Amino acid sequence: MAFIKDRRLAQDHWKLLDRVEPGDDGVLRQMPAGDLIVPLATWKNARDQLVARGGRLGVWLSADEEPADIAGDLQHLDVVAVRFASFTDGRGYSIGRLLRQRYGWRGELRAIGDVQRDQIFYLARCGFDAFLLREGEDPAIALTAFSDFSDGYQASAERPVPLFRRREPVSSGT
Amino acid sequence: MYIYDEVDQRLVDERVAQFRDQTRRFLAGALSEDDFRPLRLQNGLYIQRHAPMLRIAIPYGMLSSRQLRMLAHVARSYDRGTGHFSTRHNLQLNWPKLEDVPQILAELATVQMHAIQTSGNCVRNISSDHLAGIAPDEIVDPLVWCEIVRQWAAFNPEFAYLPRKFKIAIAGAAEDRVALQVHDVGLHAVRNDAGEIGFRVLVGGGLGRTPMIGAFIRDFLPWRHVLTYLEAILRIYNRYGRRDNKWKARIKILVKDLTPNGFRDAVEAEWAHLEDGPGTLTQSEVERMTGRFTRPAYEKLDALSSSYVLALGRDRRFAAWARRNVHAHKVPGYAAVTLSLKKTGVPPGDATAEQMDAVADLADRVSFGELRVTHEQNLLLPDVKQSNLYAVWQEAHALGLATPNLGTITNIISCPGGDYCSLANAKSIPVAEAIQRRFDDLDYVYDIGELDLNISGCMNSCGHHHIGHIGILGVDKQGAEYYQISIGGAQGNAASLGKVLGPSVSQEEVPDVVEKLIEVYLARRESVAERFIDVVRRIGVEPFKAHVYGIHQGPQARARSLEAA
Repeated sequence: MAFIKDRRLAQDHWKLLDRVEPGDDGVLRQMPAGDLIVPLATWKNARDQLVARGGRLGVWLSADEEPADIAGDLQHLDVVAVRFASFTDGRGYSIGRLLRQRYGWRGELRAIGDVQRDQIFYLARCGFDAFLLREGEDPAIALTAFSDFSDGYQASAERPVPLFRRREPVSSGT
Repeated sequence: MYIYDEVDQRLVDERVAQFRDQTRRFLAGALSEDDFRPLRLQNGLYIQRHAPMLRIAIPYGMLSSRQLRMLAHVARSYDRGTGHFSTRHNLQLNWPKLEDVPQILAELATVQMHAIQTSGNCVRNISSDHLAGIAPDEIVDPLVWCEIVRQWAAFNPEFAYLPRKFKIAIAGAAEDRVALQVHDVGLHAVRNDAGEIGFRVLVGGGLGRTPMIGAFIRDFLPWRHVLTYLEAILRIYNRYGRRDNKWKARIKILVKDLTPNGFRDAVEAEWAHLEDGPGTLTQSEVERMTGRFTRPAYEKLDALSSSYVLALGRDRRFAAWARRNVHAHKVPGYAAVTLSLKKTGVPPGDATAEQMDAVADLADRVSFGELRVTHEQNLLLPDVKQSNLYAVWQEAHALGLATPNLGTITNIISCPGGDYCSLANAKSIPVAEAIQRRFDDLDYVYDIGELDLNISGCMNSCGHHHIGHIGILGVDKQGAEYYQISIGGAQGNAASLGKVLGPSVSQEEVPDVVEKLIEVYLARRESVAERFIDVVRRIGVEPFKAHVYGIHQGPQARARSLEAA
């Protein structure tokens, strides 16, 4: 799967875990080495073990999870990912803005799941800077998405000052 | 009329280029049908029964003569020469070719028009009062606020994939003329005791399968907070609205599940983070926006034109038309004129390219080149000198646009129905025509007085049947087209939802049922001033039901039921 980071093709070194079940003793089994992105539930279950593990760490949220749940833990993380089960499920766009604009997340914000070329522009405006493209997406075509529009009206994660505060005032009657 | 600046134009042009590329990739097989669908819908393009349907936005109903000529050109060049004006200020073309749509959008962009977000699960075209800016009962001119909200909604990156469609209405007069209470969000502009502008905020109205009148969750939201408050509402809806069931995905279901108070608390908690943030509107932005609207250069005229008064006395047909289709104006000596798209035999809301061109010419000559599209599917000349009304009537008559039936039973609001729409259970247009033919005696129609009759071909309720005094809904009964009749619905300040009368009836029976309803009304009204809807509210549905379903019991039972009614 192709990976875009900061508007260019990049190598993805991260391993994404779908689920890691703790054993009876509460200790995670089969924890791979290297850079890991774990589900929110795993992070909640085994926070200390994950932090003590060494190696870089990320957490991914599904669309129905609360970004507030990791707001206090962001200093432990290098990546936050949001999974789009379907590209038509827009909840992740709000999660992106909340992470950037309310909880102050400055690290990598990665879109995973059903991520396609034609959603990239809006995702970027909502604060996503990394995109793990859906299988079969042409990365060269996907890269053109960033220039679909030259501006946007609203305040957004990418540009918190809305267009109306940047526009030239006109005197009334002209 | 709002005039685009360089950024507005650039964004619309970029949208055309984006959709051209998406269409090209779809036609080349690089984009699947499923992946293309939401993209084309957000550009107004449905795949319909016979061909694609393209829905073009006429934001808050304002249209210039130049734009109307472009719509005529598009209808002629890419369609079969007719367009259909919908209940939400859109023009629908029923026969465009998919591969032509990018070029149609490019042509529209040259006159500051588009089809952005006219469909799909996003914030749709903004609705407003067709008398915005000119109504004598106006408290706040809503036009500038409509454009401010339009820009906020256009290409809003956070809210392009909502659980379901989202419709916003904005009004500013004492009387609600935009069916505000059946919108997902209604912003009713008001002034507080200090004279400051703000909004009464309604959420959770809607028609469709689960019709609801919305709930007001704020009595006065100061104007500078309108965008951040909308953002809070939309974010709560986007995150917590149901996505598991298409029929329960509108915001009204979330509002019902949380209760209006619970929903308001969630919005207020979210808004607490946004209040006074960068999304807060500024005085200079409101002034800038106001400055980008052209306003007619009205002449100083007497309040009442003597030639108009003379003509009213001289020509009874003109007077009948004027009583129904001419509306008071806040500027002395001016009037607004409805050009009816409800001529019997023509699908309600349809206009030909020739009519559009002729109306554009008329608007140039008598109404500062401006027009409105009303939510009742008519056209309106907003700024006509009273002294021109007689000539306007004659021209409108020659164009087939002077049906003097506004506010009456034959001013039927209707969706395109099963003749065109793939969602419909049943046809709408032949039903409308049959009712118009049954009520072809104008004196009788005037005697019946004010009556809204709405027809929808299916539960999606595009014809707003729930808020018709008489509502007609197409249903599927074992593969046959049937019609469910309801009465007692109303739009406006006293909005209400109609109650179903009883078992559905066949297409042939519909005019009979409507006539029976009128018989009960005429027999039971206490004075000419008591309207159909008033009688329904006073005596309830039962007497109507008894008389209508008595029709199958033979003439004697029928006579008895009318007596009892």
